[in-house]
Parts: sequence; C-alpha cells; structure tokens
Amino acid sequence: MSESTYSISRSSNASRTAAIIGLLVLIALVAAPWWAGRADLRLLSEVFLYLSLACLWNLLAGYAGLVSVGQQAFVGFGGYMLFALAIFTGMSPLAAIPLAGILGALIAVPVALLIFRLRGAYFAIGTWVIAEVFRLSFAQVSALGGGSGTSLPIAVVKSMASSRSMREATTYWLALGMAVVVLASIYLLLRSRKGLALTAIRDSEVASQSFGIDIWRNKFFVYVGAAGLTAMTGALIFLQKLRISPDAAFSVNDWTAFVIFIVVIGGIGTLEGPIIGVIVFFLLRELLADLGTTYLLILGLVAIVVMLKAPKGIWGIIKDRTGLEVFPLSRRVVKTKTNQE
Amino acid sequence: MDWINAIVQGVLLGGLYALFAAGLSLIFGVMRLVNIAHGDFIVLAAFLGLSITTALGVSPLVALGLVVPLMAAIGYLLQRGVLNQTLGDDILPPLLVTFGLSVIIQNGLLEIYSADPQKMSAGALETASISVPGGIAIGVLPLLMFVVAVVVIAGLQWVFYHSALGRAFRAVSDKQDIAQLMGLNKAHVFGLAMALSLAVVGVAGVFLGIRTSFDPSIGPGRLIFGFEAVIIGGLGNLWGTLIGGIILGVSQNIGAQINPGWQLLAGHIAFLVVLAVRPRGLFPRID
Repeated sequence: MSESTYSISRSSNASRTAAIIGLLVLIALVAAPWWAGRADLRLLSEVFLYLSLACLWNLLAGYAGLVSVGQQAFVGFGGYMLFALAIFTGMSPLAAIPLAGILGALIAVPVALLIFRLRGAYFAIGTWVIAEVFRLSFAQVSALGGGSGTSLPIAVVKSMASSRSMREATTYWLALGMAVVVLASIYLLLRSRKGLALTAIRDSEVASQSFGIDIWRNKFFVYVGAAGLTAMTGALIFLQKLRISPDAAFSVNDWTAFVIFIVVIGGIGTLEGPIIGVIVFFLLRELLADLGTTYLLILGLVAIVVMLKAPKGIWGIIKDRTGLEVFPLSRRVVKTKTNQE
Repeated sequence: MDWINAIVQGVLLGGLYALFAAGLSLIFGVMRLVNIAHGDFIVLAAFLGLSITTALGVSPLVALGLVVPLMAAIGYLLQRGVLNQTLGDDILPPLLVTFGLSVIIQNGLLEIYSADPQKMSAGALETASISVPGGIAIGVLPLLMFVVAVVVIAGLQWVFYHSALGRAFRAVSDKQDIAQLMGLNKAHVFGLAMALSLAVVGVAGVFLGIRTSFDPSIGPGRLIFGFEAVIIGGLGNLWGTLIGGIILGVSQNIGAQINPGWQLLAGHIAFLVVLAVRPRGLFPRID
C-alpha cells in the first residue's frame, strides 16, 4: 500500500526561470542610462508608461469586470495635478507625483459612486462622459492655460536635477519604477485574498456573491486604486512631455484606445498579456508609424480580428498550447514524496 | 427674452439628439448591444450625404433617399458579418469590436476626406424662419428636424409594438432561444434591428451635416449625446429618449447662455444630476 503526500505549490520551473530572467532584464534596464542613447531612453520610458496604463486597464476590465473607456480622465487629471502643484506651490515633481496619485484616487471616489449606477456597456460610456467633464472643466481654468494648455515652469524642471542628462535619466527611472510598482502591486493583489475574490467575480458574479463576496466593495476598491495609479502614470507622462493641454491630457485615442489594443492583442485577463501587447504595439508602431492614419486603421483591424478569432490574445494562445505561466497565480498540486509500506 | 429663445432652440436641438439616441436605444433593446461606433456611423452618414450631394448636385434632403438605404445595408451586413459573432454573455467582445470599428471609421474618413470641416448646404431652407409672437424666430430647418425626430420615433414605436417585425424584435429581446424555436432566425432579426438603427443614423447624420460643420473626429461626441439622452429618458423608452434629448439640448443652450464655454459642460452636468437622482432615468421601461 502506498501513501502519497501532496502539497500545494504556486511556483513552477517556468516561473522560477522567468523570475531570474526578469530580474536580469530589470538590472539591465536600470542601467540603461549608461548604455542607451537619448532617443532610446525616451522610447523606453514611453513603453514603461504604456505598460503601466495597460496593466491597470487590464486589472479593471480583465479582473474586475469594469470595462472603462474613460481612463484618460485619470491620466489627464494626474498630469494636470502635477502642473498645478508645480505652478501654484513650486513643489518638486518628485513630491508632486505621488500626491497627484493620491488626489486621483480621491477624485475617483465620487466618480465611482456616480457611474457604478450604470452597468456593463453603459458603464463604459459613462466613464467617457466623466473624462469629457474633466476635459471641459480643465479647459475653463485660465490659470492652467485654459483650452490651449501650459508648460511646466523651467525652475521646477531644473529643480529635479542639475544637468540635462541627469534629468532625463531621472524621468527614465521614474517611468521604469512606475511600471515595476504597478506590476508588483497587481501581482501581489491578485495573490492575496482580495485577488481570489476578484478572480471569482470575474468568473461568475452570481456564484461569488453566493459565497459572501461583496462585489460592489471589491469593484470600488479596484476602481479607486487603479485611478490613483493611473493618475500617477499620467503625472509621469506629462512630466516627460513638459507641456499639457486639455486635448492632449484627455485624449481617448492616446490613453484609452491604444491601451485597450495593447491589452486585447496581448491577452486580456492575464498579467503577461499587457507585457506581450506593449512589445507588439511598439514594434508595430516603429514599423508602421510613417503610414499615419493607415497605421491606426491596421491597429483597429488587428484588434477586431484578435477579439473575434483569439479572444484570449497572444498570451492566451501560448498558455493554452504550453501551460506556461510566468507570474505564478494559479495553484497546482505537487506530489512531494511517496511512502512505501 | 434671450432665455426663452435659448429654451425654444434647445428643445428643437433636442430633436436632433433624440435622432442620435433612437438607434442606440433600439439595438440595446433588441440585443443588449451598445455600439461604441454609433457616433462615427452618424459622421459616416454625414459624409455619405456630402458625397452624394456634390456628385449628383441634389439637395441633402433628396440625398436622404440614398443615404438611408445605404446605411441600412451597411448595418445589416455589419451585424451578420461581424457583430453577431460577438454576442453572448460576455459584454467585452461587442464593446471592443465596436470600439475598434470606431477607430477604423474615424481614420478611414480622415484618409478619404481629410480633417477639414465640411458642411452640406440646404439652400434657402437654412435661413428661412417663422416669427413667433414675443420676438422669437424659429428656424424652419430646426423645426423640420424636430418634426422628423418626432415622426421617426413615432414610426419606431409603431414598428416595435404594432408590426410583425416588432413582434420578432420583442421576442428575441425577451428570450433568444425560445424565439429561435418559434421559427425566428435570430441572426436575421438582429441584422434587421441593426439595419433599422443605422437607417435612423442615416437621417441623423444628414441633418447633422446640414445643421453644423463636421469632420471625422466628432463621432464620439455624438455618441455621448445620444447615450446621455437615452439614460436621461430611461432605458427602453423611445418617447423618454425624445424627452432626454430635449433636456440635454435645453441644458446645453442654457449653459451657453450663461457662458459660451459651458455649453457642453452644462449638458454633461444635467446628465450626471439625473444619474445621481434617478439612476434608471426619468421614464425607465426595462432593467
């Protein structure tokens, strides 16, 4: 008679290898200001900021069932808060960025209380209305340049670092740090008790409710948290641009359409999806940017085809074929030893 | 007097918003689909109208005779070819596919017609007006649009509740599978619903093109106006949608009367107030 001992493991060989590779890539990326050119640094910063927006949108749509097409509300809000704090109080961007995040989370509370009254697709358009309200409101603030926008004061920019190259390296590290913080917090959230509740809600709202999960509260928590981090990302985006205007800050194409395409192409509802998606998105952009509007046409078409033919995206296909999991979220039963009598 | 004038013009503008909204409301009622590209289809219809009026040298009102069936055909083919595949329990696929369509239509129009604002001319009709006691002048064109909106909504109401097609719409809306068992082809019924929706969009687009200048980027804004009218009026109630459109139009005009920069903002705020006070709209019919 044999008796086996089993244990529950969350990691696998693939995930351990991936963790080591990920760490090496991260070290190389931290050192990028010493090996990459100025243009590459800018491009990489943009990649990281899009990655963080994509991860946050994926958390909302792929895990919490909150399909928003109005995340530009918080990107723009965060950007404007950075500029407002810098212009009115002379605060250093390094302090203003986390504060912009906190303010973003605070403003998301009344917003959520209002638009959570709408369901499904109507919720999506409701978030868009909020973004429009933000855009039109900031366009009315003449101290922030009204409809034509304003620039970040030079004194504030110079206060960040003495030399231009140091300043550029700092904004690069901030962007990289932002992506790491977003990825890590989503990973830890999903591994926690709350993450389990979210996954249950994603799979079946009715079933999870019957287990006593408070759906409204979980969704509210995710929405407000994602808004805060989106606002921080927005502050970083406009710190890099040094100029803000209502149309750029609350652009649905730049901050929501592209982000949705990244997540859909990469694979919605997985942590790996946005990473794959952001790489594909920037490769396509570098290849097709000269085509202008045709590029956007192709992007829209690719997203529709992916949604119809492979709704789980590129990572979904890889996962189905290989069972690979880079971020160990699922639990598996492992046989540890077998006792023979 | 300015205020009364603003309100009267707002009511007439509300008719156009109700036209934006009616098609949106219709397909939501039949198949719970929200078409994010709805506003871009309105702009597409306006450009189709523009091309037809310039190519044939006819009045935009005559062009309606071509735009409406053309849009209906596009709607039917789109539903059968693409959107039917996205319908199911998950709300994500229809949302994202119509979102992709929105980007495609916008950039396609940009490619063909450029970003320059365009306008259709309806000749003397545009400036004709009727004087009403109290020094208020009502434009013939806005009045015509309002009357058309009322007629379209009455027509949709009749189709929905008094025709065989409407019975099919209500049947698939209530229970798709049972309707299918009763011999309705739901793919076809959905196709017809989208055709009807885009036919109304055709009317809305041509009127939009006569009333104001338009360019490929304004679609999302029209979607939002239509959506707000639907929510203010209450889901599933077509006459409610007309009232929603009127409330939106009046609030925008009152906002503009106070400060020109507040026109759109006032409309959005009216919507948010209704959402806060009556989350299901003023005259809800369905959940």
